[in-house]
Amino acid sequence: MILHELLSYEFLRVIWWGLLGVLLIGFALTDGFDMGVGALLPFVGKTDVERRIAINTVGPVWEGNQVWFILGGGAIFAAWPPLYAVSFSGFYLAMFVVLAAFIVRPVAFKYRSKRDDPRWRSAWDWALFASGAVPALLFGVAVGNVIQGVPFHFTDDLHSIYEGAWYMKFIGLLDPFSLLAGVVSLSMLVMHGGAWLTLKAEGPVQIRARAIGSVAALVAVGAYALAGLWMAVGIDAFRIVGDFATNGPSNPLHFDVVRTSSWLSAYSDRPWIIVAPVMGILGGLLTFLGLRAGREVSTLLFSKMAILGVISSVGLTMFPFIMPSSSDPQSSLTVWNSSSSHLTLFIMLVVTAIFMPLILMYTAWVYKVLWGKVTEADVTENSHSVY
Amino acid sequence: MEFGIVELSRLQFAMTAMYHFLFVPLTLGLSIVVAIMETVYVMTNRPIWRQMTKFWGTLFGINFVLGVATGITMEFQFGMNWSYYSHYVGDIFGAPLAIEGLMAFFLEATFVGLFFFGWDKLSKVAHLTVAWLVAIGSNFSALWILIANGWMQNPVGAEFNPQTMRMEMTDFFAVLFNEVAQAKFVHTVSAGYVTAAVFVIGVSAWYLLKNRHIELARRSITVAAAFGLASAFSVVLLGDESGYSATHSQRMKLAAIEAMWETHEAPAPFNLIGFPDQETRETHYAIEIPWAMGLIGTRSLTTEIPGINDLVAQAEDRIRSGIIAYDALMHIREARDAADPAITATFEEHSADLGFAFLLLPYVDDPRQATDEQIIAASNDTVPTVWPLFWAFRIMVGLGFGFIGTMAYFFWRASFRGMQYPRWALHVAVWMIPAPWIAAEMGWFVAEFGRQPWTVDGVLPTAMSVSALSMTEVALTLAGFVTFYSVLFVIEMGLMVKYIRKGPFVDVHETEAWMKTHADALACSGVNALPAE
Repeated sequence: MILHELLSYEFLRVIWWGLLGVLLIGFALTDGFDMGVGALLPFVGKTDVERRIAINTVGPVWEGNQVWFILGGGAIFAAWPPLYAVSFSGFYLAMFVVLAAFIVRPVAFKYRSKRDDPRWRSAWDWALFASGAVPALLFGVAVGNVIQGVPFHFTDDLHSIYEGAWYMKFIGLLDPFSLLAGVVSLSMLVMHGGAWLTLKAEGPVQIRARAIGSVAALVAVGAYALAGLWMAVGIDAFRIVGDFATNGPSNPLHFDVVRTSSWLSAYSDRPWIIVAPVMGILGGLLTFLGLRAGREVSTLLFSKMAILGVISSVGLTMFPFIMPSSSDPQSSLTVWNSSSSHLTLFIMLVVTAIFMPLILMYTAWVYKVLWGKVTEADVTENSHSVY
Repeated sequence: MEFGIVELSRLQFAMTAMYHFLFVPLTLGLSIVVAIMETVYVMTNRPIWRQMTKFWGTLFGINFVLGVATGITMEFQFGMNWSYYSHYVGDIFGAPLAIEGLMAFFLEATFVGLFFFGWDKLSKVAHLTVAWLVAIGSNFSALWILIANGWMQNPVGAEFNPQTMRMEMTDFFAVLFNEVAQAKFVHTVSAGYVTAAVFVIGVSAWYLLKNRHIELARRSITVAAAFGLASAFSVVLLGDESGYSATHSQRMKLAAIEAMWETHEAPAPFNLIGFPDQETRETHYAIEIPWAMGLIGTRSLTTEIPGINDLVAQAEDRIRSGIIAYDALMHIREARDAADPAITATFEEHSADLGFAFLLLPYVDDPRQATDEQIIAASNDTVPTVWPLFWAFRIMVGLGFGFIGTMAYFFWRASFRGMQYPRWALHVAVWMIPAPWIAAEMGWFVAEFGRQPWTVDGVLPTAMSVSALSMTEVALTLAGFVTFYSVLFVIEMGLMVKYIRKGPFVDVHETEAWMKTHADALACSGVNALPAE
């Protein structure tokens, strides 16, 4: 096979770096409101029927949304194997907690309303709350850790070793900056869930969702700005030094990396990336205003804009770093040294180019079929068939 | 054997994989059974078929959700517990997993919501299309997962890159059309279809015994028996045997399943039963069927099947060749781009055996320093523990023939005896329900345990694949999974039983509407054609 030579290795790596972002953003935009609704559940639904309304706004779509998460895992495995190996084993216990949440959530959706027992339902409601709020927080914590660098190194055989005791793989992650990043992601997804419920629900559920969602929007914007300030003054960035090839073999040990100045120097090297944080902050503020004013469709779009801006700002600021190492900077994973082979990246791009548009088309069709509000009558009249 | 991080990680993987595989076969088969029922509904417009679709669809949903939930663990566990494996073969193995998400899982998961929630929002034909898309998505999922697994059994289309210290893909189509993967796919989905057929017949038989939902139960048995009979033949006859002899550990697996210590002159006999003794490398009290093994394993009367002892001797040669490859690799890695062409040539000559050199790592830090005793010990490690494979295989095959018999009987009664079933047969059908799960788990065990000591046959030993984790962490997550999965299992079984006891939901409005429009026909025919009880 020589077809893959048509696209340079360097170009494919940048494309796959972009696709990694697309998958994370796709996940946050779709599954994000599922998690947000879960985190909001105890607060927007005071009665069983109200909670069922909230649950049924995501009832028919959560399964498809969750695939973004699974596809994200699969795509990292296929396109960035060292990242998959280092991050999943490095954040071992945190990953387990996230996994547990993503296992319990489908079951909670599906099984909650299959019995009438109030204790049964209440237990599953708490499961939905925890499985929405906890991963929403932990995803931000993980990003906070990556921005500061993660303590790992490679041996000569490229075995990855995480420094420190096993319990540090969980509590060690919860430093102040990372917790702040966790607040950003949690509040952002609560805001997104609020915007979703504003569109899909009515009555008291919608009113409460708007109130809590608008507070979450302000928290998200504030915490995001604070994290940016912190990065400007308190966190050292990483930089590749010396000669390096952008189309060479994927071996992290072939690069020399040092710690230097601030991540925000990226904004003087590539001024155009300022678009991302501006979208993040502007989107958050517009979502706040939209929720206050009770606008439905536009608020959800503003919320999506905020998420797009916030997530892409992290990637664009750190480029070309994907997962720097704080204890051994030379082991840092970058776009140029931790991808799959040229051929695999090419094949995966072809497959993605065929299937991603199809996925977007049929997902859009499903949302169109399901368009409209979930009402109290929907839940009470179809009690046996809805969640 | 010392119990360390490798064994603990394997235990966790085996536990989570086999638990996941409790739900997968039923999803594969029931998705198709439900789609067939809905097809009949759309073609005939008879509400009973809609009621059947909804009833089996509900049970499908309860099962499906746990298949999805436990599948997430599988997708992430490679990185969490098998990080060196992920690094070493992610370039090849990751691709089918990602394609599975793109092509199959998105399809089934996006439409499964519409299947349950779309009855009033879609036209009949559109809803039927959705049901088939769910079934197709589920089955395509199995295809890609088995392409990934098939590569672990028979790693084609890839070679080692000394610069990146990993295997890299050289031929995607070789990975795609890997004969082991294709055989596994047919075998596994057929097993899923049999599972669904046995499940549907068993539950329906229980209704008939209780004299409930007779119309639904009889029709369901008819559909399931026809579907199940074809699948049971497929699972046994087109089973896993093709491609077995492709690689060293596949041959070793075959010899271990058969407890065939010495190479037997062709055609080899099949040990129907026997008691394998790993220590002395003998099988006691064997009852043999002459020629059978030769015919099954090679489809010829003249091709020899190598025995375990000969395969161990071959492994020793390959370890020695692997040491040469390892030595060359160390030189190449040090020199980076400026490696001596002669050394590169040596490496390429022996690189296929590099993995065998890694078998020495439990004994010695640098394989080049290995003694003859260590080499012999490592070559003996290529023999998996024989007796569990021997017995698991026989249980699976025995059950497989049992399914053919059961399905043939029910198909005959459904087709030629007016859907009347004697009570003893109905009792058998109910007691049969767990059997396909046992067979499926045994099959999974034979495939994976039989590949040991490798994760990727001849390329990467299991001991080397594991993440650098502490025992405490893995013990914690293992305990977490066991507790968590046990609770979910109890809940799932409880709901299944509840919904089976409750029976189908009768849609009164629709039944009445249908009877009105067909009142004339019903009056004329005079037969008891009540669409719902």
